[in-house]
Amino acid sequence: MQQDWESGFEQVAGAIAHSLQNDEQFTLSLVGEHSQFMRVNHARVRQIGSVEDCSVTLQLMGNQRTVSQGFSLTGDAALDQQAAQAAVEELRQELGQVPADPYQVVPSGSAISREVYPGELLPAEAVAATVLEPVQGLDFTGLYAGGQVVRGYADSAGQRHWFATDTFALDYSIFTADGQAVKGALAGNTWDGDTYAAKLAESTLQLDRLAQPPKSIPRGSYRTYLAPAAIADIIAMFSWGGVSEAALQQGDSALALLQRGEKQLSPKFTLEENFSRGAVPRFNDLGEIAPIQLPLIQQGKLVNTLVSSRTAKEYGKESNGASSGEGPRSPVVHPGHLDPAQALHALDTGLYLSNLHYLNWSDRPTGRITGMTRYACFWVEHGEIVAPIENLRFDESLYHCLGDRLVDLTTTVEFIPEVGTYGHRSVGGSWVPGCLVDDFTYTL
Amino acid sequence: MISNLHQILSTLDFPADWVGLRALRESSTYRELRDGLPEVNHRSVDAGVMVEVMVQGQLGYGAVNSFDPARIREAAQQAYAQANAASQWAIHAITPSVRPKVVGHYASPLVKPLNALSPGEINEILARICKLLKQSDAIVRTSALATTQEIDTWFVSSNGSEVHQQFSLIETYYGAIAQEGAQVQKRSNNGMLAHCYQGGWEMFLDDTLWQRVEQIGAQTLALLTAEECPTERTTLVLAPDQMMLQIHESVGHPLELDRILGDERNYAGGSFVTLADFGNLSYGSELMNITFNPTVAGEFASYGFDDIGNPATREYLIKDGVLQRGLGSLESQTRTNVPGVACARASSWNRPPIDRMANLNLEPGTEPAAAIIGDIEHGVYMEANRSWSIDDQRYKFQFGCEYAQRIENGTLTKPLRNPNYRGTTPEFWHSLVRIGAADTWEMYGTPYCGKGEPNQAIRVGHGSPLCAFDGIEVFGGGA
Repeated sequence: MQQDWESGFEQVAGAIAHSLQNDEQFTLSLVGEHSQFMRVNHARVRQIGSVEDCSVTLQLMGNQRTVSQGFSLTGDAALDQQAAQAAVEELRQELGQVPADPYQVVPSGSAISREVYPGELLPAEAVAATVLEPVQGLDFTGLYAGGQVVRGYADSAGQRHWFATDTFALDYSIFTADGQAVKGALAGNTWDGDTYAAKLAESTLQLDRLAQPPKSIPRGSYRTYLAPAAIADIIAMFSWGGVSEAALQQGDSALALLQRGEKQLSPKFTLEENFSRGAVPRFNDLGEIAPIQLPLIQQGKLVNTLVSSRTAKEYGKESNGASSGEGPRSPVVHPGHLDPAQALHALDTGLYLSNLHYLNWSDRPTGRITGMTRYACFWVEHGEIVAPIENLRFDESLYHCLGDRLVDLTTTVEFIPEVGTYGHRSVGGSWVPGCLVDDFTYTL
Repeated sequence: MISNLHQILSTLDFPADWVGLRALRESSTYRELRDGLPEVNHRSVDAGVMVEVMVQGQLGYGAVNSFDPARIREAAQQAYAQANAASQWAIHAITPSVRPKVVGHYASPLVKPLNALSPGEINEILARICKLLKQSDAIVRTSALATTQEIDTWFVSSNGSEVHQQFSLIETYYGAIAQEGAQVQKRSNNGMLAHCYQGGWEMFLDDTLWQRVEQIGAQTLALLTAEECPTERTTLVLAPDQMMLQIHESVGHPLELDRILGDERNYAGGSFVTLADFGNLSYGSELMNITFNPTVAGEFASYGFDDIGNPATREYLIKDGVLQRGLGSLESQTRTNVPGVACARASSWNRPPIDRMANLNLEPGTEPAAAIIGDIEHGVYMEANRSWSIDDQRYKFQFGCEYAQRIENGTLTKPLRNPNYRGTTPEFWHSLVRIGAADTWEMYGTPYCGKGEPNQAIRVGHGSPLCAFDGIEVFGGGA
């Protein structure tokens, strides 16, 4: 039976508020999910099951000190309140032992929000047949993950937030006999068989392009079209030593050269945080509500960084509702002028990359990223696909591929869902266009 | 707990071929200081149970964050229903032989318990580290962290298994960033959280700590004015803290049988290794001996039994350069007929076991470090990983390190900054030409080995001696 986490969370928050002493303050954050997982290989079930998980993190603040504790919210009211009480007492003892934090930020806002997005998902026992029957005969592999995801927040200032969404994500690959593959993803609040069928039809059409043996491409620089999923991987690097104000202040950002004006990004490149689609909670780990829209890089200029309240206090900046990690939570890259239907024609001769894999900074201070091509990637001549390619390693600076060598971005953006499930299911995703780049550097 | 789980098991009334209950309770602490000031003082308790149910050759699982018998029974019922519904779609019909009966106990070695230091004492040590790292105004960031876990796991099954394992784990990190103008350099103690061990505070607070902190601070500053790593093919000597990553990415992952079977193709990827390669493939030079060894005292991923109860033993995966067996659990072994190891592991109670590395070690040779370096006329020495990337078949890699030195006429000379190297897995391991003796062997680990759908980050340990490779492509930073 599905637990009522919202009322349990309210009760725990109320009990903690009631137990505060002197100048103590608290924040309480919740992450929970009821999830159905089915792992597929060769269009058969490899693993299947369900997970019911919910935990809270209690931060206790007092005497300029902050300590925190995480514990499970089980749905058993008495047990959960007992766990909360024990956590408060343990944390209170610890408060006296840790050093003072000059950059402590105590909750102070008055924001309250409640967003609930109901959906129509597949019943657990129907997942295998519904997903697998249409793909019999294909070498289909991937993960179906569905169910309710919740996030909650409460604090001693009276702020309260609740975000619940019934979602599913089917992240899959379809392989040819010689190991080439097409990648696809389907995500949303409501499972729709027709949409699934259309998506599969699109994927199987792409499979036909992979019929020829892969071509080996020598290392070098090639004009390259990066499809939206590939751009999403590059944009994800902005979360890791990118637009974080703390990272910039502490010598740990690839965008320091941009901030100091020593390197430029293309005036065609604009990146913003945009919560208007409601796919992720707007509240952060201090209960603050982020602005609906915040430009980060506008026409190549770094116009805003992501500034958490703690960073703001330390460096004398204005907070803009960023989470403590200061990474984009709902990134949107603005479109350009390239008709996606004309992408191959505009590419002319070079490489068409559907996906990338395993990106990492190879030299963060200079913005250089290395990674691999993956899935349906092609050698193109005179606007026509010649053959799929053997995977290539690239090693290229942001200041080139999104800077002086960026030719254009497509006129449309695609939603690339965040399908990660480390610890718990992620929500949201990025909205990105495709991108045409000159002289993209391949090294192996 | 064992008796409670047995009691629950005895009340399950569905017609399953096999049922297993795996309970886990993890208490952890995480304390981090930056520039000598507190960033995080966190503790947590996580607990739950996974029930696995086998019906007509298919396993289903149900996991719940509670030890409440009613909730566990409910999870078991869900697991049964899903196994039943999926059984006609099973990729490989299994039998209870992949979950044999086992009874046993394991506990991490422990000298100085994790609760021996108070939160205040830990903060004082981390603050002192930050202070010692800050050797000049050019050091713009210092950080130090320590995280501990005490984990109990209990496993019972319908065919009589009873296993209790108790793990004591400690992970530490400290490092600095130095900056002068556009030049930025980061240096740390063997790379991000490489200091991962089983045991207690004795694994961190040893006699070398403060001297090492001072060395890291000094090297951070030295990197600011160091020469760029040259772009050339040369003899590359890798320290054990970088060999850890090299073994992990280019030996461990490609030998996972579930990757070779295709289970991971949609996420982590496949492997350039095929099932026919086991027993035949020359993976590297004859100096290469790789063992799967969860029995090393203090190494991060030691255990008595994997998460399905298979007893852990030391096994050669690669012997004298030739591939012998895979990283495959009992399930993968039945699917492939390839010999495997006890490696069915889950990151926690809320994820099902899959094929994982545990401790994967390069066995030492006989050569002293001085002999290896002394015989190199021209080369580069690198240590401490800072960048890692490899393709989905685990073939083409590029790795970067924090710190390097030139080797000139048999001597380590000036430092080099932004060192990187790249290559392909078989060519690289065949270029292994010198391997250090046991006194050069060091063990490290990481808590962040990522794999699986749903995703699982798991703890692994890797030990290696100093190694030299001929004809490797090295290069520096910059755009």
